[in-house]
This record gives sequence, C-alpha cells and structure tokens, in this order.
Amino acid sequence: MTENNFWLKKIEISVSEAEKRTGRNAMNMQETYTAYLIETRSVEHTDGQSVLTDSLWRRYSEFELLRNYLLVYYPHIVVPPLPEKRAEFVWHKLSADNMDPDFVERRRIGLENFLLRVASHPILCRDKIFYLFLTQEGNWKETVNETGFQLKADSRLKALNATFRVKNPDKRFTELKHYSDELQSVISHLLRVRARVADRLYGVYKVHGNYGRVFSEWSAIEKEMGDGLQSAGHHMDVYASSIDDILEDEEHYADQLKEYLFYAEALRAVCRKHELMQYDLEMAAQDLASKKQQCEELATGTVRMFSLKGMTTKLFGQETPEQREARVKVLEEQINEGEQQLKSKNLEGREFVKNAWADIERFKEQKNHDLKEALISYAVMQISMCKKGIQVWTNAKECFSK
Amino acid sequence: MGTLGGAGLAAAAGRARTVGMEGDRLASQARSSGLPAGGATGESPGVDAPLLGGSGSSALLQAQVLDLDEDEDDLEVFSKDASLMDMNSFSPMMPTSPLSMINQVKFEDEPDLKDLFITVDEPESHVTTIETFITYRIITKTSRGEFDSSEFEVRRRYQDFLWLKGKLEEAHPTLIIPPLPEKFIVKGMVERFNDDFIETRRKALQKFLNRIADHPTLTFNEDFKVFLTAQAWELSSHKKQGPGLLSRMGQTVRAVALSMRGVKSRPEEFMEMNNFIEIFSQKINLIDKISQRIYKEEREYSDEMREYGPIHLLWSASEEDLADTLKGVASCIDKCCKATEKRMSGLSEALLPVVHEYVLYSEMLMGVMKRRDQIQAELDSKVEALMYKKADADLLTEEIGKLEDKVECANNALKADWERWKHNMQNDIKSAFTETAEENIHYYEQCLATWESFLASQTDLHMEETSEDKPEAH
Repeated sequence: MTENNFWLKKIEISVSEAEKRTGRNAMNMQETYTAYLIETRSVEHTDGQSVLTDSLWRRYSEFELLRNYLLVYYPHIVVPPLPEKRAEFVWHKLSADNMDPDFVERRRIGLENFLLRVASHPILCRDKIFYLFLTQEGNWKETVNETGFQLKADSRLKALNATFRVKNPDKRFTELKHYSDELQSVISHLLRVRARVADRLYGVYKVHGNYGRVFSEWSAIEKEMGDGLQSAGHHMDVYASSIDDILEDEEHYADQLKEYLFYAEALRAVCRKHELMQYDLEMAAQDLASKKQQCEELATGTVRMFSLKGMTTKLFGQETPEQREARVKVLEEQINEGEQQLKSKNLEGREFVKNAWADIERFKEQKNHDLKEALISYAVMQISMCKKGIQVWTNAKECFSK
Repeated sequence: MGTLGGAGLAAAAGRARTVGMEGDRLASQARSSGLPAGGATGESPGVDAPLLGGSGSSALLQAQVLDLDEDEDDLEVFSKDASLMDMNSFSPMMPTSPLSMINQVKFEDEPDLKDLFITVDEPESHVTTIETFITYRIITKTSRGEFDSSEFEVRRRYQDFLWLKGKLEEAHPTLIIPPLPEKFIVKGMVERFNDDFIETRRKALQKFLNRIADHPTLTFNEDFKVFLTAQAWELSSHKKQGPGLLSRMGQTVRAVALSMRGVKSRPEEFMEMNNFIEIFSQKINLIDKISQRIYKEEREYSDEMREYGPIHLLWSASEEDLADTLKGVASCIDKCCKATEKRMSGLSEALLPVVHEYVLYSEMLMGVMKRRDQIQAELDSKVEALMYKKADADLLTEEIGKLEDKVECANNALKADWERWKHNMQNDIKSAFTETAEENIHYYEQCLATWESFLASQTDLHMEETSEDKPEAH
C-alpha cells in the first residue's frame, strides 16, 4: 500500500504481542530484550472488516528513536510520551524488573497507546518516518539516521537546567511552563502516595487471609460452631485474594496518570524550544543593533563605544579614509544580512507560536477529557471494591451468627 | 471463712446434664487433616511464631494453693442450693436464636435476674515517695439482702484485684476464674500510665468484676463481697487474715512436687478437655496476633489515606476544567479515611478486647487443669502409699476416702463450669466477630455511598455539558 492510500483508509494499530529475544548488541555482547509485534489493519468502509496490512517487530529502543526524531522535526508539537523506561512508583508487590511479565504487559499497552496517539494527531500522523516505522521492518533505523535529525537537534536543549536570559518572555509560555512544572510535581507526588496506599491496602486484605487458616484449624475441635467457623474462614480467604484483581486494575489507572506525567515533560519541551527561539531572536537583534551603532560611529567619526579597532586606532594612529570606508561597507553588508535574518527569525517565531498554541489547545482538551475519564474510572473501581467488600463480609457475618 | 464454693459444685451434681460427646466432628473438614502441630507459616505479610509466651501471665498465676477444708462446706451448703438453682445460667433451656445470643454477649446470665451491678471508672493517679499508682473507683449497686446497703463506692488499685483473684483461686481451685488484664504490656509500652493503657485496663477490670458477679458460685464469695464494699483500712486488715505466707509456700512446694508425678490417670473427659484447651490456646493466640496486626495495617492505611486526599485538592488549584472532579475525588477519599478510622475503633472495641480476654482465659484454663490434676495426684499418691505401706492402713484409708470425695467434687465443679465457660466463649467469640463483620459492612457501605454520589454528580455534569452542545431539536 502506498503512503497516500495508507492514510486515506481508516487504520487500526495494535501492539499485540511481546516476545523475549536474545541477540547481539552494538558491542557484540549478548543481550536479552523484549520485542513487540505491531500489527496494522485497514478497515474497509464497505463492510467494516479489517484486513491485516502490515505486521513487524520493534523493540523499545526503536520507539525511542522514533520519538526523538519527532521531537526534533516537530518542535512546536506536544509529542506523545512513551511508557516509562524503568518501573517507577513501585509498591512492594510489583517487580522493578524490566523482564517481569506484568511490567512487559503494561509496557505493551503503553506502546500501543503511544502509536495510537501519534496516529490520531492531525499533523504527526502524516509523517513519513512514522509511516515507515509501521511498515518497513528492515533498514528503518538507517533511514531515520539518514535524515540527519541528530545534527538538527539543538544540544542546548539537552542541558536541562540551562536558563536563557530572555528579556521579553512570552507571558503565555511562561505560564504554561509553570503549569507543566506543577503538573509534573503533583502527579508524581500523587503516584508515590498511591503506591504507598496500595501497599497498605494489600497488607490489610492479606492479613485477613490468616484468619481463614486458623478458623479452619480451630473448627476441628469445635462441635457446635465448627461449621460456622470453617465457612467464615473460607470467606476470609476470598476477601484476602480479592485484593489482587483490585490492585491490578488500579495499576492501569496509575499508568493513565503516568502518561500525563510524561506529557507534562513534553509540554515543557515545547516551552523550552520557544524560549530558545526567543533567546536567539533577541541575541540576533542585539547583534544587529550593535553593528548598526558601529557603522554609525565610523560614519560620523565619533567613538561612543569601546572597540578594539578604536583602541588600536588611538594607539597606532588613525586609519586612512579608504580603510574606514571599506569597513563601513563590510558592516553595511552584515547589517543587511542581519536584517534579513532577523526578519525570517521573527517570522519563524510567529509561526512557531501560532502552531504551538494551536497544538497546546488541542492538548489541553485531550488532557481534560482523558484525566476526567481516568478519575471517573477510579471512582468506578472504588465502587466495585466496596461492593465486593460488602458481599464478603455479609457472607462472613452470616457464618458467625449461625 | 466460709466460701460458697460448694454451691456451684452441688448445683452441677443436682442437675441431669449430659456432658459428653454430641457426635463426632466430621472427618471431611476441608483443610485440617488431624490436629496440626500448630504455628503460623509466614506466607503473607505474615503472622509470626504463635505463642507470645505468658509474659504477663506469670504475674497472675498465684501460688497454687490447695485449701483442703472445703469438704465440710460442700455438705453444709448443700441445702442452700435450691435457692441458687434458678439463678444458675447453666440451663439446658438456653435460647439458641442468634439474636438472643448476641444480646447475651455482655452478661452471660439472664440479664433480668441480675441483682449485682458493678462499674469501674475514674482512674486516679496517686503519688507517694515510694511509688506512683492508679486507683479506680468501683461502684456496686445491689438488691441482695446479705449486703448492708444497696449502693457502695470504694477505690481499689490493681494489687487489690490481684489479691481478690488469688483468694478466688484458693477457694475454688477447679473453677474457671475470670482473667485479669496483664500487669504490663510487653510490646510498645513507653510508660505504664499512658491513657490508652489505663482505659483498656479499666474496661478489662470492669469485665473481670462483672464476670465474677455473673458466675453462679463466685458471686457469693465472701472475699468478693469484702472487695466491693470494704473501706481501704478494712480491706487491709481483712487481707492480713488467712493462711500465712509460710504455710502457703509450703503448700506450693507440695503442689509442685505432686504435679511432677504426671497425669497418668487423668480421666478420658479431662484428657479431651486438656486437648481442647491446648488447641484453643494456640488458635486464640494466633487470632489475637492476627487481629492486632489487622489493626496496625488499618492504622497505617488510614495514615497514608490522610495524605492521599489533599494531593488531589492541591492539583485542583492549577486546573480549571478538572478542578471540580479533582475536588470531588479529594472529598471522597477524605470521607473514606474517616470511615476507616471508625472501622478501626470498632475493631478495637468489639474484637480486640474480647479476643485478648480469651487469650488470658486460655492461660487460666491451663492453670485450672493443673490444679485438678494435682488434686487427683494427691489421691493417687495416697492410694499408692496404701499399696506399699500396710502399716498405717486405717489412717490412709480414711484419708483416701476424703480425697476421693474431694476429687469427685473438684471434677464435677470443673465439668459444670467448663460447659458454662465453653458456651459463653462461643457466644462471645461469635458476637465479637459478628460485630466486626458489621463494622466492615458499614464501612464499605459508607464508602460506596460516597463514591456513588460522586459518580452521579460527574455524569450529571457530563450530561449537562453535552446537552449544551447539542443543537436544539424541533
């Protein structure tokens, strides 16, 4: 299927399987990693049936490569985040091991989510590299690297804490950056405490399981209340084991929050890029202004600013009018160039702000919708947990009252 | 010092009661194959090794005194039995509906026939140069004739309770005397007199006195009466009477020597009883530990929840559209947190003290079994002596006759009290757990209501929002 046809039809993307593999890495050492199967289906309009059009295997590092590429080529877009590289906000039952099947499963879902987000983004979905990611298994890495995106990447952005002293910051972006910092901080706090709450809840439920065993042993010596004890014990076991499913569901909720934790970072990245652009713009304007001034001084003969040339002139004597004129000419050329550059930078800047702000609005709506849904689903989970609790304890009470 | 210990014994003898097997436990118990050696296997956030070891109990087990002059009392008192018969809760006609059993949780005997009401309150600290101690106010209200007045108020300290218990055990070695709260709590005690400790102790002391009051035999004990009514100086002088320290020590030594002989001739029913007590003791200790652990976990859960809710509130401050939803979640979590606190306090009031009392009871029971065994051992040793020492045959035979009566009375007293105790235990345990179950149900119902109303508010809002977007239909 050609690229154009690809996007005309409605497509379904799924990350359907995960497989452990061994291979050799760049340093020719053996390593174990997990590969994920990506299947793309096109949906026929006429009968709604989906046909498998592509299926290939990718590993996490390839997803990372794709995302890094998108970050460079679409600096004004809030690029969807990947699921976490290492398990964080772990509570005692969860393993922090990347090979752990539960972690792999949750990562599979996260990767699928990432692809769906990119595919449903009005701009990102049209990207050729993304299309190739889904359709071209071999050589894709080389193709990405050939775009030279790593060279385009501004290394200054990597310095996380570097501050650029911007004289006229855009108030909206400053507020947005502030918001993204707050969002990041509050969600990570929430996830930390949630993990501790989950841990404690697990403890409460599981200790009740001990009742089951002891009641059963006790019932052996009781004539009258033996049966009641035995059945009550059974219900305590049911209660204790019910927490596993409950907390598994909660883990999915936590993953939804995590996505927005990482989205906050993506938001911040857009702000930083804007900041950098603004900084460059201001530097260029400043440079232009100083050149203009130099030019003026040379023309009028007054020296208002310190310059090396001025100093040497003072020490070694005035320069000839021809020399001066030559210099003025050079400066005038530079000023022209500078003005052109400044104009294009300004234009670039305005385009960036317009496009970025459009995507930010889109993002805001998506965020509000998704998080609201997540919070509501949390309430639904709590309701289900309460209902289960009522049932088990009602049964247990009946046994005790016998 | 006439004790009315005989009353209960004779009352038991006077009734036609089948104390025996009521059918065997079915072998098809799902989990237990025979009686396990016991002990926890720490699979989960587990419970540690079973028995804590009677740390507190050593202070409670008084000198194993055998007061041997009860025989005459038994015969004398026999005639007074009739009046006591109907007071005895130990009737086969006990109603068995769950509701009535629950109602009888606090006072084991028919509440309407109670004529002795005791409360323990107002703990007060007393400081002297030598020591600091606490006294409790004890108020007794009664309609009984043998009491000089209908209401009494006295102050007693823990030592006084210990004394009373000792006297009761002396007078009725094979009756099941209610347990006293421990002298000290081993774990996690910073100071002896912290408020929770005092309150727990106060409640346990009240329970102790009321259990004595409800016991068909012990309720008429003279020392008990003195304890409830005498002023401080009267009590002190009363305490000084009775067998002196040396004679009591001598009896202890003899008792220990006798117990060394072993229980080779323990009758079948007491073997069973002993077996039950051993297993019961194991299990109740485990349940005590499990219950304490649950309380601890619930406490820690509640602590975390208290931090969890406010984070949502904090978040809502930086959001616009999400603010309401977040505030809603914060408020739900806070309400659930409060519900958890309530559940915890329910646990600590309904379940923990009951289970703990029976832990202490199980230690008591082992003491009672020992004392019964000792009484029998005395008889056995005399019988053996008769076989080998033909010289004092007559004297021995007379002594043996007395001891045989003594053994029979002791056994009967224990048998009767045992059935009564077991019955109460079953009721108490069942109702304590029933109440716990109710607390849990209530907790989940509250949380359910909270989240459901939140959900309803969210979906209502959603419907409002979407209806605003919809074009008006005509």
